[in-house]
Amino acid sequence: MKLFKFSTLVDHVILILGSLVMILPVLMLLQMASTTDLETMRNGPGLVFGDQIPINFEKAMFEASGFSGENTGLRMLYNSMILGFGFAVGKIVIGMMAAYAIVYFRLRFATLAFWIIFTTLLLPLEVRILPSYEIVQKLGMLNTYQGLIIPLIASATATFFFRQFFRSVPEELIEAARIDGAGPVKFFIDILVPLSRTMIAAMFIIMFVYGWNQYLWPTMITTDEGMFTLVRGIKQITQTLEGTNLPEYGKSNILQIIAILPPVLIVIFFQSWFVKGLTESDK
Amino acid sequence: MKRAGFSTRWLPILLLLPQLSIILVFFYWPAAHAVKSSFYLQDPFGFGETFVGAKNYAALLTSSAYLRSAEFTVIFTLLVTVLSLSIALLLAVKADKVIKGAKTYRTLLMWVYAVAPPVAGVIGLVLFDQTWGPLKEFFGLFGWDFRLGVNYFDTAFAMITVAVWKQLPVNFIFFLSGLQSIPKSVREAALIDNRSGFGRFWDVTFPLLAPTAFFLLIINITYALFDTFGIIDTVVKGEPSNNPMTLVYRVYVDGFRGNDLGGSSAQSVVLMVLVLALTVFQFRMVERRIHYT
Repeated sequence: MKLFKFSTLVDHVILILGSLVMILPVLMLLQMASTTDLETMRNGPGLVFGDQIPINFEKAMFEASGFSGENTGLRMLYNSMILGFGFAVGKIVIGMMAAYAIVYFRLRFATLAFWIIFTTLLLPLEVRILPSYEIVQKLGMLNTYQGLIIPLIASATATFFFRQFFRSVPEELIEAARIDGAGPVKFFIDILVPLSRTMIAAMFIIMFVYGWNQYLWPTMITTDEGMFTLVRGIKQITQTLEGTNLPEYGKSNILQIIAILPPVLIVIFFQSWFVKGLTESDK
Repeated sequence: MKRAGFSTRWLPILLLLPQLSIILVFFYWPAAHAVKSSFYLQDPFGFGETFVGAKNYAALLTSSAYLRSAEFTVIFTLLVTVLSLSIALLLAVKADKVIKGAKTYRTLLMWVYAVAPPVAGVIGLVLFDQTWGPLKEFFGLFGWDFRLGVNYFDTAFAMITVAVWKQLPVNFIFFLSGLQSIPKSVREAALIDNRSGFGRFWDVTFPLLAPTAFFLLIINITYALFDTFGIIDTVVKGEPSNNPMTLVYRVYVDGFRGNDLGGSSAQSVVLMVLVLALTVFQFRMVERRIHYT
């Protein structure tokens, strides 16, 4: 057996090139955040890291950039967390409840309920964006966390995922539970939920990332700067780069990095759950 | 429905209630509202509306701007899908082959999944910056005077590059798990039958990957149509005037910025029909052509 194969080298070269393409653009943002704004404005991204990161971080997190003085990086981070967690938890809880009802109960209108829920998979929020905005406005939910989160939950991806999972749970379990005298609520909380733990974790990661990364919906329904999320704030940040004498590249780039950090870390640390959830739920 | 299910009457209704009420209020109501307003002409100052029948639709079909967007959407979707699928397949095949560092490569190639589309858009703005953008300077070496936001073609190029970059991880993850689920016995049998690596891939691996690839095709089309909104909005810096844009972005621009509610609703309805057609197509194709193992 040969120790060295040319084709293996080619494989590694291709993979390394691919990895570089994925990493370099974000390193470039980080490099720009580490130098002074004047330096960036003159030369753009360079090859050497500077020492400005703490200063720019301080500015990005605690200095307000809007008119109202309310949208500091910290405030936007807080709002993003609420959106990410609220969306993921809400979607999982509601989805599991509905899936449990569909799979484990004799319902007269089960087929109807199924189709009503199924249709939501077809039309993303982007398509019905304006009427959704009007309705949220009518309900007085603009600039509220409920208005931010609940309309995003109106799509049944999690329900379908849990429906599929519940159907793969052996029938014997429920029979045994009934013989032991467990009612439907007890069966759900004591048996089904613990059984779904890894699935819940996988779903949580995917949904958190999805909620955190929302852009269009938060852009439409939050006008109050205190309600901006990081991803929504990016629009504001890049727009203030135009027109000012010395654009604050450092601050802006640090904010972009902070905006991608939590979801990226979650995906990296929980990648096996994430991959499992992604590949098993969508098929 | 499980054979041994419960027959409690009120509990399932209670369990379904949150899901159904959210869907009714925030899905069906707006969808119905869109269909209704597509037949009306709204007064821009909010004083009432007039029934105009199919006029909003007729206006779309004769609007050169709309048709130009439709054309761009088709090209954009096609290029993003084909490029990101083929590059991801190449990377997945290589990552599946290597033994050393496989996990590291997987991590490095998938984390961009979690990057928000507008941040990807900002990265595009930096790469193609007019004064010092690294890619702009690189293209300059070949005499290509790249002008983002000014030249239609150049802006489209930047959008597609960023959209492909952002979509690579999803396709990579699916292809890699598809490849890794091919049983070892099948691979060994193929190795005996066919000595050439490429022939083996084409005759054995590729057909086994076909269900994954078809599923990804639909996912990619949906991505290019809808999830690229953040990228496009950032790249055109909110100045869509002469820049390329997709149909979904136009719904937002015409309706939210231009206050043409009827026209925007008609555009929404056209997109809804498009997505429905895509779904029907997906089901039929899955039934007929592709056999899951």
